[in-house]
Amino acid sequence: MITEHTESPEPYGAPVSRAGAGSKIELQTVTKIFGDGPMAKLVVEECSFTLEPGQVTVMVGPSGCGKSCIAFLIAGYERPTKGKIVLDGKAVGGPSWDRLVVFQESALLPWLTTYENIMFGPKARGFNKKEAQDRATGLLERVGLRDFRDKYPPQLSGGMQRRAELARALINDPKVMILDEPFRGLDHMTRGLMQEYCGTLFEEASRTTLFITTDIDEAIFLADRLLIMSSLPTRVHDVIEVDLPRPRVRQEVLLDPHANQIKERALGILHEEALKAFAGGSKASADFIDAYMKRREGPEA
Amino acid sequence: MNSLEHEAVAPAKQLRGGISIRNVSKVYGSGRSSFMAVDSCSIEIAPGELHVIVGPSGCGKTTLLNAIAGFHSISSGEIYLDGELLCGPGKPQAAPGADRVVVFQNGALFPWKTILDNLTYGPVIQGLMTKKDAQNLARERMATAGLSGFEDSYPGELSSGMARRVEIARALLNDPKVLLLDEPFRGMDNLTKSIMHESLLQIYDRNEVTVFFITHDIEEAAFLGSRVSVMTTRPGRIKETIDVDIPRPRDYRVLTSDKFLGLMGRIVDAVADEAQKAFEAGERELA
Amino acid sequence: MKRKMAGGSALLRGIIGTALFIGLWQVGTSLDSWTGVSLPIVAQLPPPSSVLDAFLPLIRSHGFWSSAYLSFVRVFWGFMAAMVIGIPFGLLMAVNRTAKAICFPVFEILRPIPPLAWVPAAIIFWPAPELSITFVTFLGAFFTVVINTVGGAEQIDRRFLLAAQSMGADKRTIFRRVLLPATLPSIATGAVVGMGITWQVVVAAEMISGGGQGATTGGGGGLGFLIWNSYLGGAIPKVVVGMIVLGVLGYASSTIVRIMSTKLMPWNRAI
Repeated sequence: MITEHTESPEPYGAPVSRAGAGSKIELQTVTKIFGDGPMAKLVVEECSFTLEPGQVTVMVGPSGCGKSCIAFLIAGYERPTKGKIVLDGKAVGGPSWDRLVVFQESALLPWLTTYENIMFGPKARGFNKKEAQDRATGLLERVGLRDFRDKYPPQLSGGMQRRAELARALINDPKVMILDEPFRGLDHMTRGLMQEYCGTLFEEASRTTLFITTDIDEAIFLADRLLIMSSLPTRVHDVIEVDLPRPRVRQEVLLDPHANQIKERALGILHEEALKAFAGGSKASADFIDAYMKRREGPEA
Repeated sequence: MNSLEHEAVAPAKQLRGGISIRNVSKVYGSGRSSFMAVDSCSIEIAPGELHVIVGPSGCGKTTLLNAIAGFHSISSGEIYLDGELLCGPGKPQAAPGADRVVVFQNGALFPWKTILDNLTYGPVIQGLMTKKDAQNLARERMATAGLSGFEDSYPGELSSGMARRVEIARALLNDPKVLLLDEPFRGMDNLTKSIMHESLLQIYDRNEVTVFFITHDIEEAAFLGSRVSVMTTRPGRIKETIDVDIPRPRDYRVLTSDKFLGLMGRIVDAVADEAQKAFEAGERELA
Repeated sequence: MKRKMAGGSALLRGIIGTALFIGLWQVGTSLDSWTGVSLPIVAQLPPPSSVLDAFLPLIRSHGFWSSAYLSFVRVFWGFMAAMVIGIPFGLLMAVNRTAKAICFPVFEILRPIPPLAWVPAAIIFWPAPELSITFVTFLGAFFTVVINTVGGAEQIDRRFLLAAQSMGADKRTIFRRVLLPATLPSIATGAVVGMGITWQVVVAAEMISGGGQGATTGGGGGLGFLIWNSYLGGAIPKVVVGMIVLGVLGYASSTIVRIMSTKLMPWNRAI
């Protein structure tokens, strides 16, 4: 079933699954410079790529804030210094429900329960309360947190927090989901489970998704396409199609020879880029970028 | 020249640093609130071996490491180092010593000292050598670890990966018999981790030292280890010890070789149900 | 179970510690009458026994209680004013850059001035002595509350704001549902610390200003005044009684503030 997407008013009860349709995001020679004058830092340099409709695109690259920066640019928290970001033909503006981010560390509001966190978006946008409640309950069930709806975030384990955040994003039915290293810091076991979980979710929804990670196995398991990124300043180094059949089982993918070929190819590039990042990137510049992205003023409304 | 290029031939290794763990158990607490962290573990580690203990979080791996290092006592069993008793009946806790050095998870470098000063601090303070000798030795060690040029930098100026390398170099300064590493690369992103792995292996290949490495990351275990012991969830028992017969020097290309994949499969099977149990136990604790 | 035991033994240790303290105090002050050896400073203090002797008549005197009440009232109004004015003021500066640019420099210049230095100015500018003392008390807490509020609001994790914006929250919703709750812990800290400061300030203000109302009408003039007066009159044990009562009242009020702030943040309790 294909549904139309308009900016407003938004048909709230629109079905989640949109096989074949979906939104397309294009980055057109995007450049981003943090700070100015002598402290200016070139973080993204003439980066161009497309997030194909309905596909999961995974961005892999050495750590350093280039990938997160791109996520922030797509989400609208930062504006490109040069170049354009286009969603379905229109230039992207400030933060909006149609491009939702799941951050690296939990951004669940600690003073709200799981249920209240999930309901935050619909409440803020003034949606029909009953519909939203039903939807929230459904999502809680879907992510396996029904018994934890009245708990506060610190009472949830890392994996549960991530699932809660997914539910919180999904209830708003965004056109594009951006997940920025969402499993970072989780222990091995939880991480594996979350990967499988997300894999299923993505397969069900066919939503345009950008997933960022440094774990190549994770990337190959989830991706329809891989974007191999360079070290700072960030650009797309390579694009690799991951044409493994779906649905995918994690253990099988780990041992699959075709997946292994992709991994070999990707590792070669990544290793080189990681070495450059390791040797060249000083802590001072990484700290600067980090501090810049954490500063308090939000985007100019 | 890329500091991570390997030398053509590794130097011949002396036969020291062999560890023998026999039926070691550790019980915490007493009476009704007691629990067994480690249950009758036995491992034989050859001198110069890089032995990895892999298992889910909280299974008692650290307890074993601490027992060897002398930070914890054991409840029963014995641990020998090169034939000498470290701890056992009548001597429940080993004495910590410079022959068994630990590299901790969280940085232990003095932020107000330069890297060189950090490295020379220990030996000079203990009166083991003059400052000049210590500095020369430190420079040598840093070169081995690919850290030349950072002598006058401060820890705050280094990325965490580099700082970790410095700590490893510092640990090796006095030629210990055993290097004990407790999840040293935990929390690092995968790409930095793989670079650290190569660093560690390079350092290992160039030094005569036994390495006792703990992790919950299976790929890390298989990539680094000469032999890998799989530990069960609490109470920790050694389920299986697997030989990793992949030749050294190893680099990242090993990760995609068939042999490695087969090995991973074996370890994954051994670990899988244990990890699931630990995970469920953890989730239940929160419910 | 373990926690209960720890609590019990902590209480026991507290009691033992206090008893030890009083014991040493008694010994220190009585030493010269027992052995002829007199300790340099300690010997000048009134022994606990004489403090106890002074305690009972004071407790029964009406003047004492009206003093305590006076001090309490000044603290109460000063603190409430500091909260009612300080919190919105702090929040305003946190959300509005222009407001901060205008107000903060002046605020920061005034802040280092000790509240007590304000006493003469307060006496001159306020019509009634009560208002002067309460004003000084207010100042004591005000700066702390504002600084903590502003600091707390500015240190919010940016991602909370970003997430809320992405989910379509407008500025008012963000203020009400994100900024305020996130700043509450800092405001609570400001309140607890501010409360402690008000007691310190009120006592000194009373000493300096001559007790305000009540001093002349025999109503007592506040605990600070009482202490100072007792000192001038040579009734040192009364001084110590006053000090002890102040300590208890200060502790009690800080605890009340802390309990109330905990009630406002149920999510912290859940941990």
